[in-house]
This record gives sequence, structure tokens and C-alpha cells, in this order.
Amino acid sequence: MCGAVIGGLSLEGVNVTKEAVIQGQVLRGAGEDATPVSGAYVRLLDKSGEFTAEVPTSATGHFRFFAGDGEWTLRTLAPKADPVDRVVQAATGSVAEVQINI
Amino acid sequence: MSRENSLVSTQWVEDNLDTPNVVLIEVDEDTTAYDKGHIAGAIKLDWTTDLQDQVRRDFVNKEQFEALLSARGVSNDDTVILYGGNNNWFAAYAYWYFTLYGHNDVKLMDGGRKKWELDSRELTAELPTRAATTYVAKDQDTSIRAFRDEVVAAIGSQNLVDVRSPDEYAGRLLAPAHLPQEQSQRAGHVPTSVNVPWSKNANDDGTFKSEAELQELYAEVGFDESLDTIALCRIGERSSLTWFVLQELLGKKNVKNYDGSWTEYGSLVGVPIALGDEPGVA
Repeated sequence: MCGAVIGGLSLEGVNVTKEAVIQGQVLRGAGEDATPVSGAYVRLLDKSGEFTAEVPTSATGHFRFFAGDGEWTLRTLAPKADPVDRVVQAATGSVAEVQINI
Repeated sequence: MSRENSLVSTQWVEDNLDTPNVVLIEVDEDTTAYDKGHIAGAIKLDWTTDLQDQVRRDFVNKEQFEALLSARGVSNDDTVILYGGNNNWFAAYAYWYFTLYGHNDVKLMDGGRKKWELDSRELTAELPTRAATTYVAKDQDTSIRAFRDEVVAAIGSQNLVDVRSPDEYAGRLLAPAHLPQEQSQRAGHVPTSVNVPWSKNANDDGTFKSEAELQELYAEVGFDESLDTIALCRIGERSSLTWFVLQELLGKKNVKNYDGSWTEYGSLVGVPIALGDEPGVA
């Protein structure tokens, strides 16, 4: 998409050595025709499935969480789409980039 | 109270956008969400600037609340419909507030802003204009507001429901990871309080769970129907939602919200504190 940062959201100003970042983009469709979904809701569930946090996606479909080390599930809810679950590993000092297609 | 008296659906709101005397109010944790788009005709209340005293740690008082609603064009006989993000977290706080000051007819929109968006219903950036009113509030109804001494006295003798996340309850965290401000001096929980995270009251789409599911949620942790109840969290907002569930949806008697919550309790000198995942003893 025009104006989107390749490789995901800018991490300027974020001290990634101290954070376990999970971030990414929600897209409708797949491949070349996929379009970013603004205003989808991404929930962060811990390894027991417990709700931890939730954010709406930005105008470019992006989201970001500062999580902790370990396994998390991202549950994405968007209009006219079934919920999509993605399991992701987070680790302090690294950025887990996740693309979610609905 | 009951679900019929205290909740309306997103469809009901859409059907009543032009109904006189129905006032929609958005209250969000993210106080900029409204500015990006809101339900047509809705006004905004900012929980940080409109609802809290800017000097003391307290709510706006009766006169300030009257001035606020008068200026925003809300009348005593209006039906106030509150909605917001994050499962209506801050909308429930505002609901408790309107109830505290005796507003006659106030309801939450079930599912809040998220359900409205997931339904693909319309949002607008257009700001409504409402003529000023003369709003008259009642004195605070302290039957729904707990203060610190009541909480200490309730240890071992009332239902104490701590609605923070398990890590905050156990004392491993002082605040949710994305909200580092407003911390207490000490971590942990009030001895004998049980942990029922507030988010367990809601479905994924932000609507409240059914009465049977909610009843079961509290029965599981040994909720004693014969006792009075105090709900608490960190700054009294998440616990407003649990107060709403216990009193308004499940009809339990004598439920109070402790708005001082853990930031106050965890900074008191000499009060008992429990650490770990178990409630602890009196």
C-alpha cells in the first residue's frame, strides 16, 4: 500500500532491547489484492487464553503490543469476517512481525 | 435492576438516533477515539478532565457535575445511553457515576463502540450541538461507593472482588503493562478478596455474557449471596464494570465500588496485604 512502511511499523523511539514487541498488519484478502483493514480489533490472549489487551488497528491496518516473553494468541475481529486466531512467540529484545489475513 | 433496564442493543441505538430525550454519550479510555469518529449525535465525556477533580484525587463534586451536564445539554429527564471502547470499560465507570449522582434513566449500549464497528454501523466526525440545560444532581448515593475504612473492615466478612489481571492480583505487576502510571507503593491484594478479572464478564465482541454464565463466574469463586460486596481494581474503573454486572445485571444487593482501589489501599500504612494467587486469610 502506498505510504506503508515495508517490514511493518516504524520502531523509532522504542527501546526494542527492553521490550517484547508483537506488531503487524491486518489485511483483507491475500496476495497482491490484499488491502489493509482499519478499525479491526486485535486482542492479545495469554497462554491460558485469558484476555490481556486489545487494540483497534490504525488507518493502515497496523497494531502493536508490548508483551512479555512466551506464547501469545492474537485474536482478530473485523466487520464481515470470522475471528482469526494466530499463535505468536514474543521475546524481550526482538520484534515479532505478524501479518493477519481475514 | 435487570438487563432490560440497564442495557440497550446497538440495533436499538440505531433505531433511536432521532428519538427526542435520548442522549448518546461516548466515554473512552482512548479519549481521542471520539474525535476520529462517533455515533451520530453522540457527545463526549473525557474521564480524565470532565469526571475527575483536577486538584484533589476525587470525582468532580455535585456542583461540578451539574455544571458539566448543563453545559453539554443533558437534562434530568433524558435517557442517557453510554458507550465506549474496551468492552465499555470507561462507559461503565460513567454509568456508575451517573447512578452515584442519581440520574433517573441511564443505560449502556451492549458491546460498546467495538460492537457498533463490528456491525459495520456508521460513525461520523460531525460534532452535534445541544442547547445548554439546567441539570440538577442528587447528593452522592454512597450506598454504591466504598471508602478505604470499609474495605479494611470487610476483610473476612464481605465479598471482596478484585477485578484486576491475575498478575496484578498476585503482586507480580503494579499496573497493566500498557498503563504504567498510577501505581501504589506496594503490590498484592486485600486479604480474602477473590480474583475475577473484569474481562471475564464480556464476550469477544464486547457484549456482556448471559446471566447464567455470569452467575456461574461468581459462584465458581465462592461468592456468598448473603453478604454485602465491594468490587475493586487499581483506580476504580474496571471495577465499575464488575459493579454493573453484579448489581445491575445480576441484581445482587448492597454492592459497592471502591474507587480508591489498589492505588489507595496499596499505599496505606499498616493495612494487611496478601501476596500470591490465593486470597489469603483475615
